[in-house]
Amino acid sequence: MTGSHPVLTMTGISKSFPGVRALDNVDFRLFPGEVHALMGENGAGKSTLIKVLTGVYGTDRGIVTLDGEQVSFAGPMQATAAGVSTVYQEVNLCTNLSVAENIFIGREPRRLGAVRWGEMRRRARALLARLDLDIDVNAQLGSYSLAVQQMVAIARAIDIQARVLVLDEPTSSLDAGEVAQLFRVMRQLRDDGIAILFVTHFLDQVYGIADRITVLRNGQLVGEYATSELPQLSLVEKMIGKELRVLERLDEQPRRDPADGAAGTPLLDVRELGRRSAVAPFSLTIHEGEVVGLAGLLGSGRTEVARLLFGADRADHGSVRVNGSPTSLRTPVAAIGHGIGFCSENRRAEGIVTELSVRENIILALQAARGWLRPLPRRRQDELVERYVRALSIRPADPEIPVGNLSGGNQQKVLLARWLITEPRLLILDEPTRGIDIGAKTEIQRLVAELSDGGMAVLFVSAELEEVLRLSHKIAVMRDREMVAQLTNDQDVDADRIMQSIAAGAGHEGVPS
Amino acid sequence: MSNRTAGDRALTRHRLFWPVVVLVVLLAANTAYRPSFLSVQMRDGHLYGSLIDILRLSAPLILVALGMTLVIATGGIDLSVGSLCAISGAIACLYISRQPDQNSLGGVLTALALGLGVALVLGAWNGVLVAVIGIQPIIATLILMVAGRGLAQLITEGQILTINSDPYKAIGVGHLLTLPLAIFVALAAALLIAAVTRRTALGLIIESVGGNAQASRLAGIRSARITFLVYVISAACAAVAGFMITANVSSADGNAAGLWVELDAILAVVIGGTSLAGGRFSLSGTILGALLIQTLTTTVYAMNISPQTSLLFKAVVVIAVCLIQAPGFRARFARRRAPASAPAPVTEQPKEQVPA
Repeated sequence: MTGSHPVLTMTGISKSFPGVRALDNVDFRLFPGEVHALMGENGAGKSTLIKVLTGVYGTDRGIVTLDGEQVSFAGPMQATAAGVSTVYQEVNLCTNLSVAENIFIGREPRRLGAVRWGEMRRRARALLARLDLDIDVNAQLGSYSLAVQQMVAIARAIDIQARVLVLDEPTSSLDAGEVAQLFRVMRQLRDDGIAILFVTHFLDQVYGIADRITVLRNGQLVGEYATSELPQLSLVEKMIGKELRVLERLDEQPRRDPADGAAGTPLLDVRELGRRSAVAPFSLTIHEGEVVGLAGLLGSGRTEVARLLFGADRADHGSVRVNGSPTSLRTPVAAIGHGIGFCSENRRAEGIVTELSVRENIILALQAARGWLRPLPRRRQDELVERYVRALSIRPADPEIPVGNLSGGNQQKVLLARWLITEPRLLILDEPTRGIDIGAKTEIQRLVAELSDGGMAVLFVSAELEEVLRLSHKIAVMRDREMVAQLTNDQDVDADRIMQSIAAGAGHEGVPS
Repeated sequence: MSNRTAGDRALTRHRLFWPVVVLVVLLAANTAYRPSFLSVQMRDGHLYGSLIDILRLSAPLILVALGMTLVIATGGIDLSVGSLCAISGAIACLYISRQPDQNSLGGVLTALALGLGVALVLGAWNGVLVAVIGIQPIIATLILMVAGRGLAQLITEGQILTINSDPYKAIGVGHLLTLPLAIFVALAAALLIAAVTRRTALGLIIESVGGNAQASRLAGIRSARITFLVYVISAACAAVAGFMITANVSSADGNAAGLWVELDAILAVVIGGTSLAGGRFSLSGTILGALLIQTLTTTVYAMNISPQTSLLFKAVVVIAVCLIQAPGFRARFARRRAPASAPAPVTEQPKEQVPA
């Protein structure tokens, strides 16, 4: 299957960004004619490794060799010229141009400066035939599905005498049939001797196509394994880290008791709620004072569930009851009207308004609910803001500076404060502790527990099982955009049990829908 | 020679520092060219002088630019304001011209209400195109910018519609408490808009939508309503400006009234420190920007710069203002000077020159 000499080796690669050790002495090798999956949780260093490989970043330390010769690419163009081509998650093509133009843009076959259109179309057809793709090369790229566009991107990549093809999450927007089509192309390229580096968050896909797996965690190499010798459960353990169980034992806080109100009418009761190509229909109830944890790997559909429940995306399937009465959560305004608040995982793009002050950011949701004609009196604003700046220890404690100047953890607290002053009945927190320092993290965890004791329901979305286990009364497990299990967080539930759910799924087979 | 104090630095870093400097330079240049420039005289109980003229003539631009500020703060733009000036002015003049007594105050008030009403409807049209249908603002308002000229011509039947109405004329050239009435109208509009945006939460919500539309939606802001509203406000401002422009000459010219005022208004907003990307806006900055542009126009006339080169002259000054306002340009300028002055003796002048 694999040749005796690797086409690509990366040895002792280290890369730091201000305050972050993104890669720490990582080794990686890639053989011709293999599909090699690069696995790891969010922030494990996968993208950084790819960017070092393709010359987007330089390295602090370490050696990259291609065919035994040491290389150092100054940029993606050089890497491509040397035979290392990359296809990114979002299709980086021009949908308004034709298929042939997209394949050859920037390197059109020319004669005397004039583009040889016939030659270009002929070569484009030949390339696509290699991928078993029968489409009109003169048609506008945008008229084809995302999968075909992705395939055209691959055609563009392999034309440049590629020996190494990097596919960075190429499947995240494809459906099952399209993934199958992509895999057929990948197998064919592999059989032609191209080395494929494949990044995905779908475990099924890894086991469907990868020959070997390299796992990264926190910027360090965990190991390289043959896919056939690494059970799914072990893979999940390696990605998440085993020290987790040690942490759990050190945990001083007692496991939370199930909420008292769990027996009555649920605050939120959704049945078969779903959205095509985002998340499969799921049912979930959340009671007053209950913390529901949403666990799963990145890209498993956690965020999609949160967004549906807040009306940030519109469900195309299912029904919703709030306090027993049927309703719909079609827009954020509707959800807020039912007492639901939502902190997005994407703080900068979907949370804070960077140029507005801390005070203005905190009062934004409350002011929006009141309408612009009923401004919150300045004195009341200052009272509320001062109280929450102190309660959440937001630093610096000056509410008039632009929120963009605050650290990530403090921005997160500003967002929490924004929703807390609206006194929601259900607060949806999507990765509220991601990317923030340990002190702020603990404070936010403590706050969630306090809020739930005070009667607020919380949907707590997190990639960290330890956190979910510590805080939740009930845990819903996501895998491949499907809710595969709901566990009451009692003595029988531990990280192993959740990892098993993630790894095993609900017994379904094949690629995800 | 001497160290600049922290206070000096805070002053030069203020958003409006450079526009003020340019305004002062322009006024100084005018005074140097014609020493009587700054003098203001009392004649027939009214104040006269170049400064008063600048204030009076800038009133329509201030109005249009105030409305434009709100539109730009939401991340949009309104190109139709010039045409709206022409339409509202034409409607008012047409109504007055059909009255048996053109001097009747009731008739003039009805004319104003009609002109304003039509402008509000057209503003709502812009608002629907942008906020409801989702057309890009530059395209959506371009429709009315072009079609509106035709509409104005249609109202005046392609003629210059001349009226003889003292009450209407007063909007443009009348006086109140020794000063031109137009100044008070612009001032009142500024105070009203300031009150509506800063005494309510409208300003905050506009800035939030312009600063981060996605985050605003997730915070529960109904951004479509706000976007709709700013186009209506902008149209109302343009209508009043249109009354002033036509009253100034007691005639409505569908072709020329308010021509290119949208570009001057956009410039005034940008010079005033409001970003074209949306977000934070400054009404006082916009007023300053409008005054700067009007001063520039007056300077061009006062200095007898030939009409062929006057637009070029204006462009050069505007480019200079925008460049020295840009932190990136100032930083590069400072960097380039710094190494040159480093080996020089300490007595070298600190960098205070303004390239304008």
